[in-house]
Amino acid sequence: AAAMAVMNADLRRERAAATFQTELLTHILDGGAERTRRRKEIEALVLNDPDFQHEDLNFLSRSERYEQAIRKSSLMVMKLREYGIADPEEIYWFKSFVHRGRPEPLDLHLGMFLPTLLTQATPEQQDRFFMPAWNLDIIGTYAQTEMGHGTHLRGLETTATYDPATQEFILNSPTVTSIKWWPGGLGKTSNHAIVLAQLYTQGQCKGLHAFIVPIRQLGTHKPLPGITVGDIGPKFGFDEIDNGYLKMDNYRIPRENMLMKYAQVEPDGTYVKPVSDKLTYGTMVFIRSLIVGDSARSLSRACTIAIRYSAVRHQSELKPGEPEPQILDYQTQQYKLFPLLATAYAFHFVGDYIKNTYHRISGDISDGDLSELPELHALTAGLKAFTSWTANAGIEECRMACGGHGYSRCSGIPDIYVTFTPSCTYEGENTVMMLQTARFLVKSYRQVSSGQQVTGMVSYLNDLSRQRIQPQRVAARTVTVRITDPASLVEAYKARAARLVEAAAKNLQAELNHRKSKEEAWNRTSVDLVRASEAHCHYVVVKLFTAKLSEISNAAVRAVLTELCLLYALYGISKNTGDFLQVGILTDAQITQVNQHVKELLAIIRPNAVALVDSFDFHDVHLGSVLGRYDGNVYENMFEWAKKSPLNKTEVHQSFHKHLKPIQSKL
Amino acid sequence: SVNPDLASERQAASFSVEKLTVWLDGGVENTRTRRAVVEAIECDPEFSREDQYFQSQNERYEAAVRKAVHLQKKMHEMGWTEDGPEYKYIYRALAGDVAFLLHRIFMRSISMLGSDKQIAKWIPLASQYKLIGSYAQTELGHGTYLQGLETTAVFDSTTQEFILNTPKISAMKWWPGDMGRSATHTVAFAQLYVQGKCYGVHPFIVQIRSLRDHSLCPGITAGDIGPKMNFEHVDNGFLLLQSVRIPRENMLSRFCEVQPDGTYVRWGSQKIYYFTMTSVRISLLSDEVIVPMMKACTIAIRYSVVRRQSKLKPGEQEAKILDYQTQQEKLLPQLAAAYAFYFINDYLQELFDNGYREIQKKNFDMLPELHAFSSGFKAVVSQHCTSAVEICLRACGGHGYSSLSGLPALYTKILASCIYEGENTILLLQTARFLIKCFMEASAGQPVPPSVTYLVAVKPMRCPAKNKLDFLSPAIYTEAYQHMAARLVSSTAAKLQDLIQSGVKKHDAWNQCTVQLAQAAKAHCHYITVKNFAETVEKLQAQAGIQKIMKHLSDLFALHGIFSNAGAFLHDGYLSGAQMDMVTASYLDLLPLIRKDAVPLVDAFDFTDKSLNSALGSYDGHVYQRLYEWAQKSPTNKQMSPAYEKYLKPLLHNKLSKL
Repeated sequence: AAAMAVMNADLRRERAAATFQTELLTHILDGGAERTRRRKEIEALVLNDPDFQHEDLNFLSRSERYEQAIRKSSLMVMKLREYGIADPEEIYWFKSFVHRGRPEPLDLHLGMFLPTLLTQATPEQQDRFFMPAWNLDIIGTYAQTEMGHGTHLRGLETTATYDPATQEFILNSPTVTSIKWWPGGLGKTSNHAIVLAQLYTQGQCKGLHAFIVPIRQLGTHKPLPGITVGDIGPKFGFDEIDNGYLKMDNYRIPRENMLMKYAQVEPDGTYVKPVSDKLTYGTMVFIRSLIVGDSARSLSRACTIAIRYSAVRHQSELKPGEPEPQILDYQTQQYKLFPLLATAYAFHFVGDYIKNTYHRISGDISDGDLSELPELHALTAGLKAFTSWTANAGIEECRMACGGHGYSRCSGIPDIYVTFTPSCTYEGENTVMMLQTARFLVKSYRQVSSGQQVTGMVSYLNDLSRQRIQPQRVAARTVTVRITDPASLVEAYKARAARLVEAAAKNLQAELNHRKSKEEAWNRTSVDLVRASEAHCHYVVVKLFTAKLSEISNAAVRAVLTELCLLYALYGISKNTGDFLQVGILTDAQITQVNQHVKELLAIIRPNAVALVDSFDFHDVHLGSVLGRYDGNVYENMFEWAKKSPLNKTEVHQSFHKHLKPIQSKL
Repeated sequence: SVNPDLASERQAASFSVEKLTVWLDGGVENTRTRRAVVEAIECDPEFSREDQYFQSQNERYEAAVRKAVHLQKKMHEMGWTEDGPEYKYIYRALAGDVAFLLHRIFMRSISMLGSDKQIAKWIPLASQYKLIGSYAQTELGHGTYLQGLETTAVFDSTTQEFILNTPKISAMKWWPGDMGRSATHTVAFAQLYVQGKCYGVHPFIVQIRSLRDHSLCPGITAGDIGPKMNFEHVDNGFLLLQSVRIPRENMLSRFCEVQPDGTYVRWGSQKIYYFTMTSVRISLLSDEVIVPMMKACTIAIRYSVVRRQSKLKPGEQEAKILDYQTQQEKLLPQLAAAYAFYFINDYLQELFDNGYREIQKKNFDMLPELHAFSSGFKAVVSQHCTSAVEICLRACGGHGYSSLSGLPALYTKILASCIYEGENTILLLQTARFLIKCFMEASAGQPVPPSVTYLVAVKPMRCPAKNKLDFLSPAIYTEAYQHMAARLVSSTAAKLQDLIQSGVKKHDAWNQCTVQLAQAAKAHCHYITVKNFAETVEKLQAQAGIQKIMKHLSDLFALHGIFSNAGAFLHDGYLSGAQMDMVTASYLDLLPLIRKDAVPLVDAFDFTDKSLNSALGSYDGHVYQRLYEWAQKSPTNKQMSPAYEKYLKPLLHNKLSKL
């Protein structure tokens, strides 16, 4: 009640005017009222814990931020076990509240080192490494990326050569480009690493394999002889992470340190092949599905800040003689922010879908049924790229929509951006991801062309062959799109995707017909192929958002989500009108209607805008933004925040005596 | 030695890089001067930027102040003067990492808005650094919308003073550079009140710190506004005024004055207050926007021929990533845009110089056009270049994310240009207002400036191109842009009229059309840029080698714009679906063509390694060695991590055994 008393009047009015109950929507986002309750319980556990308090990170140096993060991470591990929190999602929440949505130095240990031991180590190796790692006597990282190679794994250059005489592997970084570069926690934190290297045995290269490599002396934490390890220096963001480098010179590890649950090297050097290499797909799908969820969350945070601030900030005049309006009343501001709000919701539902699908089929995977994996793998690759690109640009638009104050670290958006933007690169560079999806799309198209039926998200391609028999149908399509009906818009997106996949496949064929090599033809078509993948992903998002609507029982919530879904779909058309016009999916007149309806939806959504971001339910501490505070008291708190800036520690800065004063007396 | 992958690119150049550099500089004399300035500055260790990526906010501020002070000495030593030919290259050579830039704005505003007497008093003091100035316009609650500023200046005729106040928290001055720690004086904008009547926003010279010990003057609260995305070297500040009294003579009075008895007198147009901003908008484009984008292109393109990844042909070496079509599609349009904007900057500069001459004669006729152009182009160019730098950053994959690539700093710096000196959306709407007005006047047969007569010119309604080669004709694509811009302006004007005729109030109608209006303004600027590029190429006839490659870039810039805004050109059938396929084909054909000259085209920008300050973009292309060496200089590698003793050691040694 005390908080209500000081709430900014604009925000209070906004919240009172909402047409739906924000909690109900929060429950949908969390996956049920019970999940919401539990999330808030864990949140309170962390936020009320004095051990997790600290100075505003914006005022700390990189080294201090790393220190805070390491301090909190070690406490976090201890407390998670103390509280008995073991469910992966609950661990994720806990971690995210402790670190306020930022990465932390033990991420690779907890997220990659331990799980890799579980899935790829033999029972003997698990005995040796798992419990020490679980108890943090061993802190590990996952060293895959090298200076010269990232997404293209086959190009990695680190070598592990088996020496049967001593039964050891000799690890080497033969070139500068082969130095391991980027792994988180490698620079300063870890004493072990799982290293990916090209395995050589009996004079032959057997491809990439994983090895457990001790890198620092237990006890002193000093690098071991033969190991050169350090921090790669400052980055755009990720200040709390010691991304590191690792160079190995004839560094020997015992044969038993190769992860040998699948592939093996016997004492005499005989190589035993793994059963299937598709298994690694599973992990990639899982991690990429997390990125889709991350796209939704990061964009939601940015939208929360920008929309609340836009309801508090008043500027200029709309009507002569009247007080300055909230900037959220300007059409241009709504046009910047509401499509992003709709996108955040769309991506949230897409993230849920992939996560659920993965959990549904991961049972099959462990039973050895991998039949659904290729499509899911292709879809996840594309959606990872599609959502992270969109969210990346969206976060920047939110920041820009906050004007100058968005540029201040106190807005919190710079931090969200620099933390999120590398997801366009890590776990698969986005363009490469789009091309992987395209490969699947082209393959499906070829199947359809040769008379087979395809299933799943690409089944719309089956329609192409039917249309070819009756070309008139395409023209007839144009008048059937009803722009206020989400289901009808799904059809429009489907038609666009089908057309762009077909165009890309045909262009690829034309290049091949010019007697070009497969690789060259693919390269010369890749711009088209990426466009096709984007259109496919866009269709999937619209489809999944639309499908979600029917699951929502509360009428008021369904109504507002339907508006957002329509806005998402129509805005997407208005931004890509060329695709819809060129092949006659929509007419000029319909495009004009689409543009008009987008603007009408902006006005319809306006009264619910603040409630829609409140539903994301980010705690102020987690949001970390002065502009996005729940109570809306922005300006007072900006002043309070600025006073804490390091430059304000003294009234007269030392540089005055050192530099300014001398020059003033001299001239 | 140069990395062979870069060397081979240079051998294959289709034109003379040196000739292009000289042409870009505007003559061999300029090139020589520029290089001499850059050389003099880079050889001086005082100006080193070597540690920049490792410094804290405090250290960067101190370094910027030190450099600014040292620069005075250097200029004296070298015999450089503020009106000499070297002056404009100094800032470029320093890469902007220097304090007291607002001191320059302080001086400029006094020169433009002050009376002769005020100029005679203040300018010598400022140029000898007897005082340090700042420019305090933006407040916590108000930025681009100047009329909304809340700081007050009340005239007290008994003491012949103005009393300045910050009446509420949102009225606090917020953001002005050099004000948080350095400035002793500032030009503060405040609502002028005389005898209870408000006369609107006026500029006042206010002393904020003691000239003796730098402490804050009575009634002044000032400090630093805290960390930002970049500009850590600048002490952007806040300023709170409590009954601060300044003499009547401190109101800048070239165009208006409060006389001793309180009479308010005005000469000339109120619009002149915007003139400082207009001039700043144009002058910032080159140094703050276009140059950083050119640097980003240089880094990303050089890196893309050094980085090899995956294979294009089985059995061959891994391919340079610039050989991938998708990489070309990311970078080469940005390169073309860098050239397009370099040329539009010249165009604007000329427009501005003409305007300035007239304004000095107190002829304000050109002001609306000048204002509209500076607003629109500031918005369009800063927006485009900001996206371009981000594209370059992401095109460098993981290494682009490292501060050592130089790209994060370029990006976080350039993106501020979308906001300062006028928020971009608002600026676009100002341009749109001008365009709509001109369109209405021209439709009614009244004269309009030549730059906008096209809005009502009668032109064919269908593009005449028959095949993809036709789209390499500047006349064809320039007309397509012209048609599209004119269509967007006229259809928005019609929509506005419809709304007003149907009874919607004028201001509501305007707000309902703002999304379209902003698009129309962008289209106009895009058209002018395409047209100017084509005309620039045309004038190059004497230099055939350069002309050919510039023509390719002009074509690419234009066709990429059509390709990425296809809907706008298809909308009324000006381009057919088949023609759009031709555009796409021509556009994609240009990529490998320009690819061959990509490295020479960025070499021609002639940035030294020191000015790029990038481990990825250096001239010799030794990317990986440099990354490795620079990383080792990081303070994080110089000592045992303090976190180890404090937190890691206890963590690793059994404190968890209780679990």
